[in-house]
Amino acid sequence: MKFKLKIWRQKNNQDKGAFKTYELDGVSSDMSFLEMIDVLNEQLIDKDEDPVHFDHDCREGICGMCSMYINGEPHGPLRGVTTCQLHMRSFQDGETITIEPWRAKAFPIVKDLAVDRSAFDRVIQAGGYVSVNTGGTPDANEIPIPKSVADEAFNAATCIGCGACVAACKNASAMLFVSAKVSQLSMLPQGQVERSERAEKMVAQMDEEGFGACTNTGACSAECPKGIDLSNIARMNREYLGAKVGSQS
Amino acid sequence: MNLESKIPEGPLAEKWTNHKFNVKLVNPANKRKYDVIVVGTGLAGASASASLAELGYNVKAFCFQDSPRRAHSIAAQGGINAAKNYQNDGDSVFRLFYDTIKGGDYRSREANVYRLAEVSVNIIDQCVAQGVPFAREYGGLLANRSFGGAQVSRTFYARGQTGQQLLLGAYSALSRQVANGKVELFPRTEMLDLVMVDGKAKGIVTRNLVTGKIESHSAHAVVLATGGYGNVFYLSTNAMGSNVTAAWRAHKKGALMANPCYTQIHPTCIPVSGDHQSKLTLMSESLRNDGRVWVPATKELAEKIRKKEIHPNDLSEDERDYYLETKYPAFGNLVPRDVASRNAKYVCDEGRGVNESGKAVYLDFRDAINRDGEDTIAGKYGNLFDMYRQITGSNPYKEPMTIYPAVHYTMGGLWVDYNLKTNIDGLYATGESNFSDHGANRLGASALMQGLADGYFVIPYTIGNYLAGEKYETIGTDHEAFKEAEKAVKDNIEKLLSIKGTKSVDHYHKELGKVIWDYCGMSRTAEGLNKAKDMVKELRADFWKNVKVLGSNEEFNSSLEKASRVSDFLELGELMIDDALHREESCGGHFREEHQTPEGEAKRNDEDFAYVAAWEYNGPEKPETLHKEQLIFENVKLTQRSYK
Amino acid sequence: MSWLSDTLTSTIGRKLVMSLTGLFLIIFLVVHLAGNFQLLADDGGLAFNAYAKFMTSNPIIKFTSYGLYAFILIHIIMSIALAVKNKNARPVGYDKVKGSANSSFSSRNMGILGFIIFVFLVIHLRNFWYEMHWGSIPMDEAGNKDLYAVVNAAFAEWWYVAIYVACMVGLAFHLSHGFSSAFQTLGVNHSKYTPFIKKLGIVYAILIPAAFASIPVIMFFNS
Repeated sequence: MKFKLKIWRQKNNQDKGAFKTYELDGVSSDMSFLEMIDVLNEQLIDKDEDPVHFDHDCREGICGMCSMYINGEPHGPLRGVTTCQLHMRSFQDGETITIEPWRAKAFPIVKDLAVDRSAFDRVIQAGGYVSVNTGGTPDANEIPIPKSVADEAFNAATCIGCGACVAACKNASAMLFVSAKVSQLSMLPQGQVERSERAEKMVAQMDEEGFGACTNTGACSAECPKGIDLSNIARMNREYLGAKVGSQS
Repeated sequence: MNLESKIPEGPLAEKWTNHKFNVKLVNPANKRKYDVIVVGTGLAGASASASLAELGYNVKAFCFQDSPRRAHSIAAQGGINAAKNYQNDGDSVFRLFYDTIKGGDYRSREANVYRLAEVSVNIIDQCVAQGVPFAREYGGLLANRSFGGAQVSRTFYARGQTGQQLLLGAYSALSRQVANGKVELFPRTEMLDLVMVDGKAKGIVTRNLVTGKIESHSAHAVVLATGGYGNVFYLSTNAMGSNVTAAWRAHKKGALMANPCYTQIHPTCIPVSGDHQSKLTLMSESLRNDGRVWVPATKELAEKIRKKEIHPNDLSEDERDYYLETKYPAFGNLVPRDVASRNAKYVCDEGRGVNESGKAVYLDFRDAINRDGEDTIAGKYGNLFDMYRQITGSNPYKEPMTIYPAVHYTMGGLWVDYNLKTNIDGLYATGESNFSDHGANRLGASALMQGLADGYFVIPYTIGNYLAGEKYETIGTDHEAFKEAEKAVKDNIEKLLSIKGTKSVDHYHKELGKVIWDYCGMSRTAEGLNKAKDMVKELRADFWKNVKVLGSNEEFNSSLEKASRVSDFLELGELMIDDALHREESCGGHFREEHQTPEGEAKRNDEDFAYVAAWEYNGPEKPETLHKEQLIFENVKLTQRSYK
Repeated sequence: MSWLSDTLTSTIGRKLVMSLTGLFLIIFLVVHLAGNFQLLADDGGLAFNAYAKFMTSNPIIKFTSYGLYAFILIHIIMSIALAVKNKNARPVGYDKVKGSANSSFSSRNMGILGFIIFVFLVIHLRNFWYEMHWGSIPMDEAGNKDLYAVVNAAFAEWWYVAIYVACMVGLAFHLSHGFSSAFQTLGVNHSKYTPFIKKLGIVYAILIPAAFASIPVIMFFNS
């Protein structure tokens, strides 16, 4: 297969950046998208050109590191996969593929296609945990949890923090990411103690980071590689408003 | 050098309890006077950072990823073992201990393994309290599944994403301590050297992967939780960034590297599809609970399948050889990983492999789907099936999966004593980066257990024992030792950048991987290993002459990162070969063709090799010195492992 | 009360305001439509004029109408504030965006659709509401201001009817997302009820604007 690749190149955060177009031949349909970029990079190195920098690590769709905005969609045209799991068989031979970094004020560009997603870490630090110290916890089976609740919490917990939701959202909103964690912990008995405080703090941090607001377009959920459901956002709205109205201070 | 394992006195079951009582404590008010560096934020690192910070120590946590949540523990699928005996099927701490020792082919320390089994139960409690959504039964209690190498159901799981859920639990605990100001986080930062002062580990030198800045960090103790070195094979199930650099640089500063030849080849991975392949994807071992492994009964049939003349679904029962079930009736498809992998290799070597490459066997769910229905199977393995379909383009609900073994885990690692301290004072190694608990072969669902056991429940006790004897004052990073280490790091980077050769870093990595896989992989011979040793030496020499690393240090430079890591793999590769060569026996993941039973099983030599081989670095291009720690078995009888 | 201002200035709080004001306007539309139907009564506009008189003089209605004006303004001002915030959240846009792959047209264009409705509102208020309050309108037989005649005159112009209908199409799209979105923002998302709310939203978004649009069309052809 043969492709024309239109890739965003930007040396560092200060650099202005611009698109650069590359021709790439001899691509196998069994290659993953990142393996295709590997091939391009080997060719660039061969020509003494700086290879395209991008974030990637596990290459099995779970670490959440890879983050390419491909042909107008985060992680490309396929549903339920990350960029590393996207294979070239999903593209037409001869196609022009536009590859851009995640675009959001809260995700500054590090280099080329790699962005800084530490805003997500700070949102979790604001309250995405249950405050238990190591040791001294009750037996794991002491509190039964209905299977349906555990499953629902699990579904929210599968978020990989890749940021595709922010990238897909026309407002660069992080509501799906934040709501996934708020939901998971608000559903489980272990998360009840800090439930309202958590929702308030995480939402405040989310706003602080400069993410946009939710317009309920559903683009985040549609593009989410783990299919995190929009109902989580509704749940977070409930949790947040309930917390604000119901809390003592 | 005398390797003191520091195993506490007393009966096996009381060792850890006694030890916890006997270790020196640091007064709560004084804990804040000690700084601890933790390198790596996977299960072992994040759990250690969080737990140490909760105790009051000041922690600096480092990871090369953009966020601590991305460490490769996240990719573990199947589950985590714990001797809870919730299933009432005869499990106990002793049974988990016994299974792990036996699974490790009697090449691990009894005391360490027993402790692991003992704290396993606390891990599950801890994780549930953190909000880890483990799978549950309809009654609301925790569900278990069975796993290779065990005849009880003791594996806790969260669909096929257990590692992810456990890591996110540890990451959340870590995040809480970051918010508390007790952990300072350094993402996109790589450790490039260990700094020693008066024979003690006192800090590290790092490179900021975005700006290239070389920095020193001083502390009272350093914990390496840097994972395994499986990427020496180039193709493995490890993440692209997984590397041996931190551990190897510590090794070069005097830390012993133990049993480096023990690598685990995981039997159920998606087969290689072409030269472009950058990594291999594992399909959880839990699939072997319901999937049946088979190959065509004859070479002729296999040949026809490879040429796509017939479809595997069309083969009758007689034409299928369920070789694991026939050969090992008791364990069947659930034999330990090394056995399953080796047998896959055998049938493929016989010419009965499938796929175009002939290097694949079937894992078939037809019978399970007929028995339980597609929905039940999808409920158990849905995400794995989807992933398989995504990668291969074939539908495992309709036709058998194809699988082949791939490098997955390294049992070897930095030598540590019972306290998880290396032979260097103040330097600790936890999780996959140490050698301690899995012997020559790790059982499924035990890596998560060990990482969290080390981080949550072992290191918080044992590091206090060391720190209690240390002065409060830290050594400033302006100390000569830091300056020297920084200079060495900068010189090394300068050297890599100045070669300006013709071949890319990946070229060397791929070549190295091929040599190690071919000669130091699933089965090894003295002849092959000797050949490989020369090849690695040559490759290393060529690397330092002809590698091409573009750009400068002062930028985000992926080629430079890789070059630095591959340079260490090129040295480690040779040590693995040396270790495999010297170990004249077969055990677990180390299979020497010269040493096998008439049935083709691994044949141990307990007389001469029941020891830990710990290697000491002697300088560039010099042979390493072997130190032996004799393994003493007082509670289990060494037998030929049998899963028949 | 800092908690209240905190809440209402948070992204979720602002959306809450959008949602509540939106829902109020949704209800208002039904009331307004019911009144409008009297335009079709075959009585030369007597019933409609009486209704118009009632709506502008009854104290309760008057009070409510101030609320309505406020809600419309808040809905608009808040949407502008959100749009600015959202724009700032992505200072550099994408070169290529394939929005149709993951979201509906309406959901992505609520601002533009809202603007269309706003323009309509200005024209509409100027022509009828302003005239009714401060314009010089002759009296009908019953002694009420003959707003019917004003409306009838306007709806005799084809271009006016065309604008009216076009704006109702805009309203329909706005409602097709706004209706169910308002519930989602309020936190109402339930596996049993949400599918119903979504369907109801679509039915509402088609039915109400279509009914509004039918009135000028019928009157145009009758004139």
